[in-house]
Amino acid sequence: MSNWALILYCGLITYLTRFSMIALIKKEMFNDRIREILSFVPSAIFPAIIFPAIFINDIGLIEIDDNPKILAAIIAMFIGIFSRSIIATIFSGLASYWFLIFVV
Amino acid sequence: MKSNLKVFLKGIIDVSPLMIPVVPFGLIFGVLAIDVGFTPIETMAMSLIIFGGASQIVLLQLFSGGASSLVIISSVGAVNSRHLLYGAVVSEHLSDLKLIWKIIISYFLIDQAFAISNEYLKKNKDHNRYFHLVGGGATCWVIWQSTTFLGIILGAAIPEKLGLSFAVPLTFLALLVNDFRKFINVIVIIISGLVATFGYNYIPFKAYVIVAALAGLFTAMILTRKNKKV
Repeated sequence: MSNWALILYCGLITYLTRFSMIALIKKEMFNDRIREILSFVPSAIFPAIIFPAIFINDIGLIEIDDNPKILAAIIAMFIGIFSRSIIATIFSGLASYWFLIFVV
Repeated sequence: MKSNLKVFLKGIIDVSPLMIPVVPFGLIFGVLAIDVGFTPIETMAMSLIIFGGASQIVLLQLFSGGASSLVIISSVGAVNSRHLLYGAVVSEHLSDLKLIWKIIISYFLIDQAFAISNEYLKKNKDHNRYFHLVGGGATCWVIWQSTTFLGIILGAAIPEKLGLSFAVPLTFLALLVNDFRKFINVIVIIISGLVATFGYNYIPFKAYVIVAALAGLFTAMILTRKNKKV
């Protein structure tokens, strides 16, 4: 598949999700149980992107020793928990990462 | 009743504070897309056609890992599925809207615009209240397109040594800040993360995002069920 087709399909599926949200889905369609499970979707899907991006190195192997990303991510997580700020989380993580690779 | 323009402007003003994190997100996307091998025009087209931060970053992440198109598209679908819950809430406020407006508004229905307009729609019943959602969405649109553009231009100037790709997990981490305080969510986060990390090389077709997400949801199902029996 060409890059263009890939972009179009990803756009289409994103758009259709949004359209179905306001045009097809009705409140009655979800009972409390389904709603409860759906509320866990972000917690279930985002770590699948976060963890490999931190622990897997450029050649596809798990790297625990000598990996400054782990400590930087932990610092960012605590800043996030206490500040509840998206921007503080991102920047504290990047700042700690740069501190660890350039200064330490 | 307020004029359409006033409601539209109110949407812009209300959504503005939420735009601050969108700026680095857009920049990072622009820089990384070029880095991963998309052309500037393809990168711009992604922001114009998809217009969804999480969707676009997942596309990049999997594309650079060499995943097949089918896996990329279904992972983007899975990432978007978190919005289905919004649907149940927002469709109530928009039920008397004409189909053509629903078609237009769907393009602008992103997290930030929704979060802000939901409050407004709850309190206002004027028939032009949707302009609030359009105002918020249009603001995000302008910020997202311009920061993508800037990222494409800056991309060449940013040294690889800075490791800006690390901003991707940080951005997604930031989206979870409210979930780190809830016990069941933390367990779900750990299960999903471990499955993705250890399955990265073993789950076929780079489908680790979907497999890990399903494992996480399954964990949530079991844990919430137990909770009720107690």
